[in-house]
Amino acid sequence: MMTFSLWDIVRNLLIGGALTLLLSLVAFALGGATGLLVLFARIGKWRAPRALAQMHIELFQGTPLLLQLFTLFFGLSLFGLDVPAWLAAGLGLTLFTSAFLAEIWRGCVEAVPRGQWEASACLAMTYWEQMRHVILPQAMRLSIAPTVGFAVQVVKGTAVTSIIGFAELTKTGSMIANATFQPFLVYSLVALGYFILCYPLSRYAQALERSFHAAR
Amino acid sequence: MAYHFDFTFVPDYAGMLAQGVAYTLGLTVVGGTLGILIGIGGAVSRTWNVRPFGPLYGYYVELFRNTPFLVQLFLIFFGLPSLGIKLAEWQAAILAMVLNLGAYSTEIIRAGLQATPRGQVEAADSLAFTRWQVFLHVMLRPALRKVWPALSSQVVITMLGSSVCSQISAEELTFVANFIQSRNFRAFETYFLTTAMYFGLALLVRQAMHAIGRHLIVRRPSR
Repeated sequence: MMTFSLWDIVRNLLIGGALTLLLSLVAFALGGATGLLVLFARIGKWRAPRALAQMHIELFQGTPLLLQLFTLFFGLSLFGLDVPAWLAAGLGLTLFTSAFLAEIWRGCVEAVPRGQWEASACLAMTYWEQMRHVILPQAMRLSIAPTVGFAVQVVKGTAVTSIIGFAELTKTGSMIANATFQPFLVYSLVALGYFILCYPLSRYAQALERSFHAAR
Repeated sequence: MAYHFDFTFVPDYAGMLAQGVAYTLGLTVVGGTLGILIGIGGAVSRTWNVRPFGPLYGYYVELFRNTPFLVQLFLIFFGLPSLGIKLAEWQAAILAMVLNLGAYSTEIIRAGLQATPRGQVEAADSLAFTRWQVFLHVMLRPALRKVWPALSSQVVITMLGSSVCSQISAEELTFVANFIQSRNFRAFETYFLTTAMYFGLALLVRQAMHAIGRHLIVRRPSR
């Protein structure tokens, strides 16, 4: 029988942790880009894209991430595509993230006072000029704190991808726990890993929120 | 090659799916109720820094809000037995949900308590309200009223999150879905249907929370 030293456990968890970090970054970046598209569709003038965006948001906010991953994993393979776990994980988390970020950002855009729209319309700005020079800069300032706060949810969401077999931190932890028969130690270390990733983000989000309220 | 969708398995498994829904709803009702109660206790302890609960709640909140629910569940179900605490899967699932929701609702309700204007408390004092009456009618109830939408969302999120309890073989809706697809090999149809059921459940829970909020908390003063 193979024996595991504490360093063996930690070393393997670090590899899993690196994949968790990578998946979080990818999901956040792609989810942010997709979320921006969903946002523009959601607050735009055209009815069809608006309805589609709303459907996208409600669908991904109203169903479990795990079931989204399962449906995607098995749904894509119906088209004869061989979906590796990392692809389903990345795609699923991207769609999940985009729905939440679009909704957070919509709140920020709508929090910009109406007078700002009216004033910029008086200056004969087009819709995109209003967006670019007046609305988005103010909305962006509002959005930083909740966006950073949501990043914590993305990092924690990556844990669910372990269930479809993506070997990130939680999956690595499960495998090591099964091999070493030390579940309490291993899962505590796994929890510690997530805490190290999430806690600074949480604190940063809180600090941003506080400084924003002070500035007002 | 066209794929033929086949939902003919549904009637055969209708009973099992209904049981899964009932299990998930049971987890949500128990987890939601106890979680919010823990949240009220936490919010009170944190707001007035009741020792030793205030600081303890602080650690608890940060710990549970910064780790994934799945890992909390694994730690409780697989980890605790090595400390001599052995829980059945439904007990572990409920405990994890209660602790998780408790941490979030502590912070949500605390925000509501902090938003109580001082003048309101002073006004109640001058009307000879007892301390308990001030707390209940002037602080807690308006605080809950203010944060009820946020609390409702958190309960829905916790309900959706309960799908990972299938991983410790708690027989909730996702567990049933896994079982069915392992029998009929209709993975896509099974998960698609289950996802739709969760969507319906989310609407249901939201409506229920709305109704509870109306009757329990927003009760209009009688004229």
